[in-house]
Amino acid sequence: MANSGARSFLQVAATEEVAPPLRVVQIEGLVVLKIIKHCKEFSPALVTGQLLGLDVGSVLEVTNCFPFPIREEDEEIEAEGANYQLEMMRCLREVNVDNNTVGWYQSTLFGSYQTVELIETFMNYQENIRRCVCIIYDPSRSNQGVLALKALKLSDSFMELYRSNNFTGEKLREKNLSWVDIFEEIPIKVSNSALISAFMTELQPDTPVNQCDYERLQLSTHPYLERNMEFLIECMDDLSMEQQKFQFYYRNLSRQQAQQQAWLQKRRAENMTRKAAGEEPLPEEDPSNPIFKPIPEPSRLDSFLITNQIANYCNQINGVAGQSFSRLYLMKALHEN
Amino acid sequence: MASGGQTILQFPQASTNLTARIHPLVIFNICDCFVRRPDQAERVIGTLLGSVLPDGTVDIRNSYAVPHNESSDQVALDIDYHHNMLASQQKVNPKEVIVGWFSTGSGVTGGSALIHEFYSREVPNPVHLTVDTGFTNAGASIKAFVSVNLFLGDQQLAAQFQEIPLDLRMVEAERVGFDILKTTMVDKLPGDVEGMEATMERLLALIDDVYKYVDDVVEGRVAPDNNIGRFISDSVSSMPKLSSQAFDKLVNDSLQDQLLLLYLSSITRTQLSLAEKLNTAAQIL
Repeated sequence: MANSGARSFLQVAATEEVAPPLRVVQIEGLVVLKIIKHCKEFSPALVTGQLLGLDVGSVLEVTNCFPFPIREEDEEIEAEGANYQLEMMRCLREVNVDNNTVGWYQSTLFGSYQTVELIETFMNYQENIRRCVCIIYDPSRSNQGVLALKALKLSDSFMELYRSNNFTGEKLREKNLSWVDIFEEIPIKVSNSALISAFMTELQPDTPVNQCDYERLQLSTHPYLERNMEFLIECMDDLSMEQQKFQFYYRNLSRQQAQQQAWLQKRRAENMTRKAAGEEPLPEEDPSNPIFKPIPEPSRLDSFLITNQIANYCNQINGVAGQSFSRLYLMKALHEN
Repeated sequence: MASGGQTILQFPQASTNLTARIHPLVIFNICDCFVRRPDQAERVIGTLLGSVLPDGTVDIRNSYAVPHNESSDQVALDIDYHHNMLASQQKVNPKEVIVGWFSTGSGVTGGSALIHEFYSREVPNPVHLTVDTGFTNAGASIKAFVSVNLFLGDQQLAAQFQEIPLDLRMVEAERVGFDILKTTMVDKLPGDVEGMEATMERLLALIDDVYKYVDDVVEGRVAPDNNIGRFISDSVSSMPKLSSQAFDKLVNDSLQDQLLLLYLSSITRTQLSLAEKLNTAAQIL
């Protein structure tokens, strides 16, 4: 008695679930502290770790995490790394921690995290997990008193493009994709269980001024700004190199086209004489001639990534400069009194 | 009856000035384990990791829970799990070693002595931490104990848990901001500007307090305290004595530097958008 209203199991299994878009990443305070501790301890070396949690509707909940040991560049240790991960997941499952990988976190130095490795790691994770996120923590920026935590995800259109591995100008214009569209930043919410929030409320010291205030009111930000500028300059150099590559390519292309035109003219002239002489006209194309060989267009992926990095540095400089302004005006006002 | 002289119950002197220091991550971890404990368990037991500082303080930095079974007379701890987790943790951070163990619930029970003995085989003089998640004393009580053995002559009689002072360093929590860690849900991480605003408000509040205090003292409403007076005069005189011209020049120079940087970054961004237009808009004819 198949009721027309009820769907059979097969039908339900066959319909694809449309996943709601990821809107918010909800992190627990525990995870925030763990990430900060791990990244700070090993700073300035860059470290990574795994995020565990739940994927609920349009919210990605991150409830726990564990750090990865620093990997030596040795093939044998690869297997060890996988073993470590399995071991940790197994142990955490025994104490009722959510055993579901939802992404990974990594520390960065001055915000220079946009690399090809990041994209590749994303693609690797995306094969197994439907939704994954990468959390970037910047310990150097956090010394200024700002909690520099960011949640990143690759945009869908970029992922499709990356799979086809085609970064020519044509394709990009088709999809209307520019360097801003590569990474999507997702807002972060922090949640805490009631128990821990009760503890923190009790244990909060009574002093009206905290450590983060001391750090924010520090007048000397010069070392940080200097390093930032150094990185910015290096990136600009890289960008100009990429630009030169493009210029070179275009020059070659136009030269090749001129050559092709000249050759075509010659062919046509020859054909005219041959027609006059009553012979077969020669074909107007000659694929074996090297001037017809298509020159590969350089991929724009690198220049996009570099552009992203530069934009990031600029944003950071803006942020820090803004803070410094406030501090300087404060000093001025204090002095006048 | 003489049995070889008098035997005296010896209480050892108060043990060394051992103090313990906890990082907020440990408390978070313990609470999280407690919330996730299996239904039949009443309390959670686990290992504490950290290091012993050169001045003898025990610095507790990390922790993990260990599954255990507890009945009225027996306690069973999953030792394999404990060793596995320890090995994994040490792969990441070899400097963190076992310094003790924790349990939730207030007070020390009989089973705790057995567990403490197990841990003292792993590490000499382990620290036992109790975290009262039930808030039985209407307050968050976190206590640390070391065990001291009571001897009757040559025979060990009992182990006494002596409390040691505990230092709750909340520096990291302060860095992150208590507002984020205290409430059950924070909708947005504060950016630079909001943070600066909050800090300046606090500074202003402090300065107001000091003003009020000085006014009160001058008007005779509050008894003057020489120490506070000295502090205030120290802080006021610590501002460097620059002529206002030199000071203005200093401030203006810094302002100009920052403006220069802002200008540079805006130029860079313009350059970026131009470059991008040129790159992708170039057509092959």
